[in-house]
Amino acid sequence: MNQDIYIVIEHLRGQVADISYVMLAAARVLAQGTRGDVVAVLLGHNAQGLANDLAANRVLYLNHPMLADFTSDAYQKVLAGLIGQAVPRAVLFGHTSVGMDVASGISAQLGLPLVSQCYSIRAEGDTLKFVSQICGGKIMAEGDLPGPTVLITVVPGGFKPDQGKSTQSPQVAPVPVPSLEGLRVSLKQYIEPEAGDIDITREPILIAVGRGIQNQDNVELAEELAKALGGVVCASRPVVDQGWLPTTRLVGKSGKTVKPKAYLALGISGAPEHVEGITDSELVIAVNTDPAAPIFDVAKYGAEVDMFDLLPALTEQVKQAKGG
Amino acid sequence: MNIVVLVKLVPDLIEELTIDARGVALDTTWLRLIINEFDDHAIEQGILLKERSGGQLTVVAPDVEGVDDVLYTAAAKGADRLIKLVGDFEGGVNNHALARAFAVVVNELQPNLVLTGVQAHDDLDGPVGPLLAEYLKMPYVGYVAGVTVSDIKTSLRKEYPGGLIAEMEVTLPAVLGIQAAEQPPRYVAVSKVRQAMKTSIIEEQPVPELNPSGGPTVNRMFQPEAAGRATMIEGDVEEIATRLVEILKETGVL
Amino acid sequence: MSYDILKSIIVLLALLVAVGIFGWKVYQLLWVNLRRGQPSGPFNQWGERIKGLIVFVGAQLRLFRFLMPGTAHFFIFWGFMLLSLTILQTIIEGLVSFANPHFVLPLIGHFKPLALLQDLFTLFVTIAVLYDMYVRLLVDPDRYKGSHKGQGTMVLMFIFTIMISLVVMNGVRINLGEDPIHAWRPISTIVGKIFDGLDERTQRVIEESAYWIHLGVVLVFLTELPEGKHFHVVTSIPAVFLRNLEPRGWLPAAPEFDGEVGVSTVERFRWRQMLDFYTCTECGRCQEVCPAYASGQPLSPKMLMMDLRDHLKERGAARAIPPSASAAQTNPAKSLVGDVITDQVLWACTTCYACDQECPLVIEHITPIVDMRRYLVIEGRIDTELQDALANLGRYGNSFGQSERMRVKWAQTIQPKIKDARKEAVEYLWFVGDYASYNASLTDITRKTAEIFQKAGLDFGILYDSERNSGNDVRRVGEEGLFEMLVEKNVDALSKCSYQKIVTTDPHSYNALKNEYPTNRNGHHQVLHYTELLDQLIASGQVKFSRKLEYKVTYHDPCYLGRYNNVYDAPRRVIEATGCELVEMPRHRDRAFCCGAGGGRIWMAEGEIKERPSESRIREAVELDDVTTFVVTCPKDVTMYRDAVKTTGNEERLAVKDLIELVHAAL
Repeated sequence: MNQDIYIVIEHLRGQVADISYVMLAAARVLAQGTRGDVVAVLLGHNAQGLANDLAANRVLYLNHPMLADFTSDAYQKVLAGLIGQAVPRAVLFGHTSVGMDVASGISAQLGLPLVSQCYSIRAEGDTLKFVSQICGGKIMAEGDLPGPTVLITVVPGGFKPDQGKSTQSPQVAPVPVPSLEGLRVSLKQYIEPEAGDIDITREPILIAVGRGIQNQDNVELAEELAKALGGVVCASRPVVDQGWLPTTRLVGKSGKTVKPKAYLALGISGAPEHVEGITDSELVIAVNTDPAAPIFDVAKYGAEVDMFDLLPALTEQVKQAKGG
Repeated sequence: MNIVVLVKLVPDLIEELTIDARGVALDTTWLRLIINEFDDHAIEQGILLKERSGGQLTVVAPDVEGVDDVLYTAAAKGADRLIKLVGDFEGGVNNHALARAFAVVVNELQPNLVLTGVQAHDDLDGPVGPLLAEYLKMPYVGYVAGVTVSDIKTSLRKEYPGGLIAEMEVTLPAVLGIQAAEQPPRYVAVSKVRQAMKTSIIEEQPVPELNPSGGPTVNRMFQPEAAGRATMIEGDVEEIATRLVEILKETGVL
Repeated sequence: MSYDILKSIIVLLALLVAVGIFGWKVYQLLWVNLRRGQPSGPFNQWGERIKGLIVFVGAQLRLFRFLMPGTAHFFIFWGFMLLSLTILQTIIEGLVSFANPHFVLPLIGHFKPLALLQDLFTLFVTIAVLYDMYVRLLVDPDRYKGSHKGQGTMVLMFIFTIMISLVVMNGVRINLGEDPIHAWRPISTIVGKIFDGLDERTQRVIEESAYWIHLGVVLVFLTELPEGKHFHVVTSIPAVFLRNLEPRGWLPAAPEFDGEVGVSTVERFRWRQMLDFYTCTECGRCQEVCPAYASGQPLSPKMLMMDLRDHLKERGAARAIPPSASAAQTNPAKSLVGDVITDQVLWACTTCYACDQECPLVIEHITPIVDMRRYLVIEGRIDTELQDALANLGRYGNSFGQSERMRVKWAQTIQPKIKDARKEAVEYLWFVGDYASYNASLTDITRKTAEIFQKAGLDFGILYDSERNSGNDVRRVGEEGLFEMLVEKNVDALSKCSYQKIVTTDPHSYNALKNEYPTNRNGHHQVLHYTELLDQLIASGQVKFSRKLEYKVTYHDPCYLGRYNNVYDAPRRVIEATGCELVEMPRHRDRAFCCGAGGGRIWMAEGEIKERPSESRIREAVELDDVTTFVVTCPKDVTMYRDAVKTTGNEERLAVKDLIELVHAAL
């Protein structure tokens, strides 16, 4: 049992995911309270290079061919063993397709408490407190982090990834990997999203449409504005699920993170899964008929108007401003 | 194919959510509970699998307000058995308790495949799926958008950010956390649901004790204060458009 | 054997064969096929039905909506009626020719005024037929697109031949001095003059040739009568007699087959509907006024009837099929819904009633469409947008997916606070409707309505968040179960209130509440549209105008107010009272052209269309010089037409205003 804070590093195809840095930033805050170390746990195969800019005191590196790519089975087995032995104060996982697959399993297997959707954590004297974001970001729940060991899944937004990066490479300690026999989950292949479509992460001007666009035909209205502005149309999850735009245009948690100069959000409510993808935008303008939509908390400018009324007028004025 | 789908009901976010007088839970006066959207996808995926390869589909849900309608709707879509867990669910239970309760039922049902939504927006102690998988000692894969079943192996598509998909295989029996079914949940006519009410039976499974250990205690619940709030542009559509063009010019976009 | 005996034998044989073929076909079509259909009726109100025969059949009323073709048909029809007696004469004189070669029917055969009428009508019919040939062959109007034009031309040629052969035969008989009442047959006399110079034997040959041609074509025509559109000759009178006398805005309940609702095979239609399929004359008047067809959709009410008729005959030709058989069991090769009538055709209908209004034989086109839609809904064959709308209606009672509490957000600024009809008794219960309550761009009009009611001193209240969508369009989309659920909820809320009358903003809610809701159908509560109420209030002086708006306006009759419920004059009186000058569009009153939103279309994906109905309507309005305002009395019309004004680039030219806005401005 110790006061260290463990972070399960997430990486995909040779790149450390941003959420890992967010977790490191959070871990540093927590470690100051517990006076323990920030320990990054890196599972992979020939992946020690990924440890270079992690802001951790040390890195536990578990190297095994079966860990080259993430599978819930292998990761859970290895991590459960590690955590069961080390019994750190807290273990941070990403609230992602990786972290969520294993955190609960370990909680059930080792009988350790789990707090999820965690937005921020802090130390108040001897108590560690968490604030989690639930109900689509509309409600925050605060409480004490139970001891002696707690598992946490972390959502982005509460900490800046930059604070989890370090210019000094941490010490990397190899840890023996238990036998990985009888695994029931295996990776066959990765399937890339359709190439040949626009890379929205490189576009400076994005017109984003959400559920409010109502149908495929109306997407054209947004396309017209995009064309007038020299930008590109992207979307939130409901639009892509319906097939009105391809997945390459999806912005958010399961889609892409974009960093445009201007992001015009039309009929988008602003759920955390989407907002995750736009926090690095220089300018966010939101158009929504619901004044209570969370998007207005993220946008710099807003208009409470029907986008179908606004679009033609705005497209026209933009054309005039450019051409006329 | 013996498929079990586990469903929970969550607060409808369309209503304004408020905190109760004690400050640690949601005010239930105007609260409406609806099926967790991802569980709805899980039901749809289950129905699709049943339509393709035959077999039996069972849907299990805890007894809270609105659960009967959810179960009958599932029956109208094609579910064969409906099971309602009856216990002390009124005040709200965490997922650890729910997963333990589900595990008892699922063990009796002995399914090949267990489907549930990958998450729910009110999950405070991790999603139900992987907890349940561990209690059942079954493998778990989450963020699944597409399942194909053949003999012992099941292949599935797992979603990663950026539109990347990982094609994986898992040995059955297994628990899958569904992100999206292969098609959006189908509409079922009200008359079919009403017919299901007459012809289908909801079996009640008592849950004598709910064990929530593993979940955190909430000291305070509150609505977030926005760090900053957008400057709202007033006026009619033309005036708003003009101001937006100005703003875009200022930022150098236009 | 003498010619006369031979004649009798041949006539008898020909008659037996022709009548036999005719009889067999009619037996198949009417007895065998219709028996497979579902029960219809009950049939009552006999006086009204006889009146219907006089008006629709006798006076050919609706045919005159297309003036020239209507006039032509009037003469052809009455010619047919009068000359059926000459045909009778022709047949009998042939049959008894072995005994009496110059047989004349007793009484009728000698009735001089009748002879004159018959003779004149052969001329009228000939002219009408020539006119019709000109229209069919040279003008070839659009409404005939899809009709069996060849059959139409063939019939005209038959009739022409029958007329000519008749007057030739009569004319020659007059020449030969065999017609005692020849003075009453002027046309035949004139025709006879053509052959006057010929010797008797030649004229006899001509006479007999004319006789055989006349009889022959008549009997061939008889065997052709049950085919295609000609069958209307047999079925139109029973069809008109047995027409639906229920209010237009009321749809018959959905029959159940083993718990399944909706028509998936043709045998699941009521036999009275099948009679309609047979009665279609392929005239295309319905097609001409259909907004779906005009916008380029594959729906044509005419072709719908033709396809259903042909399919029914095909199925009848196969062995008897039990009506409870499911679509899959019976003929997997060709399904009624999907193959014969495609999903797209069924969803294209706006239920505007223009087709049913226009049809000279009061055929119902909408009920079969709704019946088949009911099947599509059960099967889940609906597009995702409609699915979302229905799911929202089921969960929240409105198609917008907003919570019940948001329904009355618009009323928050109204002072004094509008009465809650659930808590206090009111005189008028105002059923606001979804669009007027939830749509942000329409709530201004709703508030103005409240202000007008208050200024008029009206004792009114609303249901607040207990109000649900009235279900009118839910029913027309085919979701019977959801319709019933919404009705239950509204009736439950209404039953707890104490009120005298209901007033609605929306014509769709008006239609449902007035015609479909049980308590109101029995006349327990009067249901008014706000235009009717305003009309009353203006007449009684409760609403007074302080200024006269001198706009030149045009008025669009909403489908569910005009055609469905005959409210045309009240809105016009109100417009007049505000001081505006009303200029009618060419398509007005019962010819008003639907905006395209009805029948659930506003909840569906638009699809591939040539020209939106709403845009066509705006273009029509813009043709009226100096008209600056387009007045509507339905919230959906406001949104549809405001959009259309923008997309047709007419924002400077035409403003779309609800009548409420005019009244409010004039107060």
